[in-house]
Amino acid sequence: MQHVQPPFAGPPMKSHYSDAPAAEPIARHTLAVIVDNEPGVLARIAGLFSGRGYNIESLTVSETEHEKHLSRITIVTTGTAHVIEQIKAQLSRLVPVHRVDDLTVNGDAIERELVLVKVVGKGEARVEAMRLAQAFGARTVDATLSSFIFELTGTSDETERFISLMTACGLTEVARTGIAAIGRGAESM
Amino acid sequence: MSETMTGAEMVVRALQDQGVEHIFGYPGGAVLPIYDALFHQDKVKHVLVRHEQGAVHAAEGYARSSGKVGVVLVTSGPGATNAVTGLTDALMDSIPIVCLTGQVPTHLIGSDAFQEADTVGITRHCTKHNYLVKRIEDLPRIMHEAFYVAANGRPGPVVIDLPKDIQFASGTYARPASNQHKTYRPQVQGDMEKIKAAIALMASAKRPVFYTGGGVVNAGPQAAALLRELVRLTGFPVTSTLMGLGAYPASDPQFLGMLGMHGTYEANLAMHGCDVMINIGARFDDRITGRLDAFSPHSRKIHVDIDPSSINKNVKVDIGIVGDCAHVLEDMVRLWRSTAPQVDKVALKGWWDNIAGWRGRKCLAYRKSSDVIKPQYAIERLYELTKDREVYVTTEVGQHQMWAAQFFKFEEPNRWMTSGGLGTMGYGLPAAIGAQLAHPNALVVDIAGEASILMNMQEMSTALQYRLPVKVFILNNEYMGMVRQWQELLHGGRYSESYSHSLPDFVKLAEAYGGVGIRCDKPDVLDDAIREMIDTPRPVIFDCVVDKAENCFPMIPSGKAHNEMILGDAAEDIGSVIDAKGKMLV
Ligand SMILES: Cc1ncc(C[n+]2csc(CCOP(=O)(O)OP(=O)(O)O)c2C)c(N)n1
Ligand SMILES: [Mg+2]
Repeated sequence: MQHVQPPFAGPPMKSHYSDAPAAEPIARHTLAVIVDNEPGVLARIAGLFSGRGYNIESLTVSETEHEKHLSRITIVTTGTAHVIEQIKAQLSRLVPVHRVDDLTVNGDAIERELVLVKVVGKGEARVEAMRLAQAFGARTVDATLSSFIFELTGTSDETERFISLMTACGLTEVARTGIAAIGRGAESM
Repeated sequence: MSETMTGAEMVVRALQDQGVEHIFGYPGGAVLPIYDALFHQDKVKHVLVRHEQGAVHAAEGYARSSGKVGVVLVTSGPGATNAVTGLTDALMDSIPIVCLTGQVPTHLIGSDAFQEADTVGITRHCTKHNYLVKRIEDLPRIMHEAFYVAANGRPGPVVIDLPKDIQFASGTYARPASNQHKTYRPQVQGDMEKIKAAIALMASAKRPVFYTGGGVVNAGPQAAALLRELVRLTGFPVTSTLMGLGAYPASDPQFLGMLGMHGTYEANLAMHGCDVMINIGARFDDRITGRLDAFSPHSRKIHVDIDPSSINKNVKVDIGIVGDCAHVLEDMVRLWRSTAPQVDKVALKGWWDNIAGWRGRKCLAYRKSSDVIKPQYAIERLYELTKDREVYVTTEVGQHQMWAAQFFKFEEPNRWMTSGGLGTMGYGLPAAIGAQLAHPNALVVDIAGEASILMNMQEMSTALQYRLPVKVFILNNEYMGMVRQWQELLHGGRYSESYSHSLPDFVKLAEAYGGVGIRCDKPDVLDDAIREMIDTPRPVIFDCVVDKAENCFPMIPSGKAHNEMILGDAAEDIGSVIDAKGKMLV
């Protein structure tokens, strides 16, 4: 077979794409997104994040205005300032999305998460679990002779700390809701 | 043994380690490093197709005719989107495919970069599983795992999306000790208690029927051999779906022909009237069941399927057995032999008498002609003149596909490749190329329609380039015949846009590609023309000019029950062949 000779004399090029940008600081942002509660809306949001390579740390969703069929989605994400800008712009561009608020930029928002923790054990570990739960202000929502289920609402830091302490006291199961957040003050979305 | 190499080299090495000999692909910017790695070796041979859809169908034909996993390599963006129809086809028909797609570098993902498409997003619903490789450390595992996922359980297509920076990155490659996925473990062995119950139910049957499907073919040649053994042991009648043809030999007297929308009268009425249905590796598709609430109303049903979600999905069954057909059939054969059940011989005799009555209607009969070639006649002659060879048949989609299924008799599994679930026009030629590559000395024929063939006609170039002497046998009725038939039956004969206008001269087209063109429009010279095609050791397009008005019968109109079949006007009248008792069952 007769092949064309390579005319290019210089060092071979690596790729026809530009190089990766230099590393930039990464920040954590909490976004509140108001959407029409229609079939597939969650898949659209999740697909946007996976398709464009964005991170999701936490995502919660529930219908908040039943008459208008509006849902509020709270998303905690991480990225460079540029990526966060893109995420907000991409979200706003989706047809069923009404509004996107960056609660992190708008000031210190109230963020809460609910966890349910099941602890199984007897004797000293059980007493210690009970004591720690009280210290954290957790509610005991179920108890048997060998187990407890505690409910704790707090910031992610608090719930995280609670879970890691409970691990030492016989934790067997955790369920977390993910973060719900709302901006401080009189102003509303 | 671990070695340092680039991601692109790992891809090729993993293919070698998987024993892959052929891949079907088309290059582009985002896969150039992989093409470079291919260039430096000769274990994995690359077949350059002319359209990425063709690559996937060729890999399907290769896979289905050989039992191996078919491998595809395409570039990002348009390369990946062009592959989507093929992937969907492979998903619907459970064909094991590993499709490697190029992707823009990880740092550009999400930026709408040149030729970026969200390939894992787009293919999520048309693959069994897909991966986006974001770290070079994951690449060796994902490459091998993909083959495991594609081939195990219910087979299907798997996409691996490979960003270009990962292809350039360097890392260590070691062949993993096992390909297995960390959690995915399909159940292959059936539940013994249920198999026992199934055997007991079968033993008590008065009007049994085996209903077999593509799962038997997928479970390998031993499954087909075990099916034959079980069917002969029991003496029960057997019918097959479109996808299962060949698992049981078509010439055997216990075979009732294909069932379903264009299946035989005897197969569909046996399904309707049976008291025990034994479904092995079929999925109660709507083309099979017809109207669901009238489907086989008096039967107790056994269903063997490797996919737990297939059981009780469309039709509620009495005994659902999750497992690989080969394993379950082996257990069934052994149990039937060891328990040697006393079947109800009198009842079975009566059942076979009923079947003989239905057969007597000769539902596939058609009016012969000496001036025009009847499409059914063309397939009959093609079959007769090729049956003593090792022959593989693929099809496009339409009437010709159904006539091929009805009139070509398949004696062995893996010889018949057709787009069943998705019904993809344009499947046949690339699939034939794949089958020919896997079986270089066999005769491979794509039974085509003049409309369908134009959808992937460009693959003639591929056939020529690799000297693959595939035969394209076009039943040219100048219509999208299947569409015309429905318009005739349902839309008052208003043939809206179903005429094949401005057709190319297929003989000249074959020649333009460097192949051989043959045209035939007379029944009396058809045999000679077919022989000429068979004897030509090069790609051939055979333009078989057939009756434009012929319809495909029998037919269950959609939404109707099995006993509401329409027969062609050449079939025997019902009164003359069915006695009163038989009519009760209809
Ligand atoms: C890609 C695709 N588009 C449309 C259809 C719908 N369709 C089914 S059969 C058919 C006509 C096929 O015509 P032809 O290939 O000439 O086969 P014939 O029915 O005439 O034998 C069409 C358009 C399809 N199955 N696949
Ligand atoms: Mg046609």
